[in-house]
Amino acid sequence: MKLIYFAWVRERVGKAEEEVMPPASVTTVAELMRWLGSRGEEYAHAFEHPKSIRAAIDKSHVRPDTVIAGAREIAFFPPMTGG
Amino acid sequence: MQTKVRLQSEEFDAAAEAAALTRGRADIGAVVTFTGICRGAESGEPIAALTLEHYPGMAEVEITRHVEEAKARWPLMGVTVIHRHGRITPGENIVLVVTASSHREAAFAAAEFLMDYLKTRAPFWKQVESKTGKTWVEAKGADDAAAARWQNPSGREAAE
Repeated sequence: MKLIYFAWVRERVGKAEEEVMPPASVTTVAELMRWLGSRGEEYAHAFEHPKSIRAAIDKSHVRPDTVIAGAREIAFFPPMTGG
Repeated sequence: MQTKVRLQSEEFDAAAEAAALTRGRADIGAVVTFTGICRGAESGEPIAALTLEHYPGMAEVEITRHVEEAKARWPLMGVTVIHRHGRITPGENIVLVVTASSHREAAFAAAEFLMDYLKTRAPFWKQVESKTGKTWVEAKGADDAAAARWQNPSGREAAE
């Protein structure tokens, strides 16, 4: 699946997007964040406070308990500050 | 019913957009125009610019979804939403919401609803550029509270 990062999540991870293949045990958005946090120092820093990160699957807002099966694109970003 | 949603890096003309919504029509009795402008200072500190990052594929879809919701909740005759992205300097426009209806109540309520949702649900992130460096703007609890009041199905009453 494709992951996209925005704002400070992007800066901390050090890339705007990437392709990943999480293990089958990773089934929800919250679990995906936990798994990403274990992938290295940058990721640990980016995902250290999962409650302050929002997610979207295929361009729709989702909650942490949303199942990721079938997702093509998952985005992680801070709470929005537009307008 | 005229609906326009536009994301762009260029500046826009709020007056021209409002005029375009009512041109040649005699059924519209109320137009509300809200323009969000880049301030020259944040918390008393002067800023050089704001940079707005956005999620290109999602921002337009998300704004359009809320425009559709506004149209379902109020008898609107026209809606225009323009949101800029990229680097914006103090005094420049950031966002525009124009709502048109036969009476003012619907136009005011729909404009406020759309702004509250743009602040908290549209995938944009503001970064402040000042002489001390660049910092991401933190989301405000007050904005979340402003958006939450519209979740009450009675709509306008909940906002008062």
